[in-house]
Amino acid sequence: MACLCVGKCFNSVEWREMEMEMELQNLLSDLQSLTNLSLPDPSLHAPLRKIQSRVDHIANLAKAEPVRRSKVKDMSAEVVDSNPYSRLMALQRMGIVENYERIREFSVAIVGIGGVGSVAAEMLTRCGIGRLLLYDYDKVELANMNRLFFRPDQVGMTKTDAAVQTLSDINPDVVLESYTLNITTVDGFETYMSSLKNKSFCPNKQGSGVDLVLSCVDNYEARMAVNQACNELSQTWLESGVSEDAVSGHIQLLIPGETACFACAPPLVVASGVDERTLKREGVCAASLPTTMGVVAGLLVQNTLKFLLGFGQVSPYLGYNSLKDFFPTMQMKPNPQCSNVACLKRQEEYILAKPARDAAAKAEMEAEAPSTEEGPLHQDNEWNISVVDDCELDGPDTRSSDVLPEGLTHELPTADEFKNALTSEAPTNDNDDLEDLRRQLEAINSA
Amino acid sequence: MKSEPRLGVAWVRSREREMEGWDPNTKSTLTQIPLLTTKAGPRDGAAWTQRLKEEYKSLIAYTQMNKSNDNDWFRISAANAEGTRWTGKCWYVYNLLKYEFDLQFDIPVTYPSTAPELELPQLDGKTQKMYRGGKICLTVHFKPLWAKNCPRFGIAHALCLGLAPWLAAEVPILVDSGMIKHKDDATTSTESS
Ligand SMILES: [Zn+2]
Repeated sequence: MACLCVGKCFNSVEWREMEMEMELQNLLSDLQSLTNLSLPDPSLHAPLRKIQSRVDHIANLAKAEPVRRSKVKDMSAEVVDSNPYSRLMALQRMGIVENYERIREFSVAIVGIGGVGSVAAEMLTRCGIGRLLLYDYDKVELANMNRLFFRPDQVGMTKTDAAVQTLSDINPDVVLESYTLNITTVDGFETYMSSLKNKSFCPNKQGSGVDLVLSCVDNYEARMAVNQACNELSQTWLESGVSEDAVSGHIQLLIPGETACFACAPPLVVASGVDERTLKREGVCAASLPTTMGVVAGLLVQNTLKFLLGFGQVSPYLGYNSLKDFFPTMQMKPNPQCSNVACLKRQEEYILAKPARDAAAKAEMEAEAPSTEEGPLHQDNEWNISVVDDCELDGPDTRSSDVLPEGLTHELPTADEFKNALTSEAPTNDNDDLEDLRRQLEAINSA
Repeated sequence: MKSEPRLGVAWVRSREREMEGWDPNTKSTLTQIPLLTTKAGPRDGAAWTQRLKEEYKSLIAYTQMNKSNDNDWFRISAANAEGTRWTGKCWYVYNLLKYEFDLQFDIPVTYPSTAPELELPQLDGKTQKMYRGGKICLTVHFKPLWAKNCPRFGIAHALCLGLAPWLAAEVPILVDSGMIKHKDDATTSTESS
């Protein structure tokens, strides 16, 4: 529903606050007119004055603005109660992270602001990320309240608007951009692509305008759209997901050309151990738990921080089976027969860049300097995935369903070869006219 | 749970199950819908135009087939010149009464790798078997079959495999539970707006 407010848009909380204020005003004026009357009993004056002062007090309390912290220019490591970043900067003092404050230079795009995406957004906001781009087309519903982040008073708002409201309150330093759109549609996809390409936040950055894309969507179609955009833009992304039965999940790192893209192989799912055929699906589409979603969001953002700030190792694939508390891992190299054209292009580029990578690796070894101080870490990703030896790339593709580690399985089959076609193909004739066909369908439709 | 070598076993099983779970009627109808050959989505320029022609031919054949089998159950046409948005109607007869619904969907940018998400906006919020926005919840059988047959399946196949079984399963439940009423049966019709 379109909002009918003129000018500023009020949410339900603001409406309630305004109503309360008006009621208090009315109460005060009622009291005033009561005291102005020459009351027959003078003993009533004192209690009336007392009521008046109480109402005044409540009115002042209601007028008081909620506490909002102001923006912080530089991240300080000073350990004082008033410093929102002291515990984060401590990571640097302890030697876990080399330069924490770099987090303010990074842009992260989060696609899907649901049970995982909203929590990931809050975590990154509290970590002081430079800029967040939020994408969703949905509205907040009461049915979402079994998950974290959104509040009942935000029901009816778009998820992107509600997220901006909460996140800007938590940390006004974060630059927030919200996009209320569906990335699987042609128009939505174009806007999505151009928002990723926009470099105004950090004009000197190499590549696209964002450092990492987080896919927090709940369906295959949207994941394929994220995959398409990231392959075209050569944009590294992290995929996340929670199973429809709410008891397992996963995260996956995708570096176009270097690791398998989402279309290289049928999507992996963590086998919950429950036989699919005994799973009762009648009457429901999907279940969800705040726990599983919180765990997956935590794993996702932990790996985001490691990727951006260059500490630890980023998992190429990490599964989560909550029934057994089992975390399968694996790695996948690109499929040279991938159906995605942009993926094949990225694979070609990756192979062509091998001599340069080798030289860089050699130089780094010779320098023997453990510090990797300068340069964007995500440019040269060798450090974070120990995955695929380059020599393996020359061999035939061994990635198939029978090399999956225990606990993982493919969700969908790959497309059959044409020889298995069910029936004859529709005769194709390039001379067919589209307009003519359209008219034919209309004629049958109205017959 | 005992760890079995899931690999090959799951694979073979999924192949066996490919058409398991579909009723014989759907199966035989499906095999008569002309298949498509061009793998192109709405961002693919001339190849998309070619694909669109194939979509039309397939839809024309399917609609004609339904009519001649006395099983006419939908109308669909492109709502824009690019053929990326489609709107129409679908209906289902239950207890001799016809229940009709608006039907709409967008062709996703990753089509035909991903199927269009069919929407019945009037039923949004009336059934659990639906995602928000009125997108119908497909059976576990649909997506594997679609993936396996990319790019040969088109809009007509999505309607036959996705929407037809959904209507057959959900309309009786919606009617019996009183969630929807027949338009002649109520002062305020729920299925027309
Ligand atoms: Zn690929």
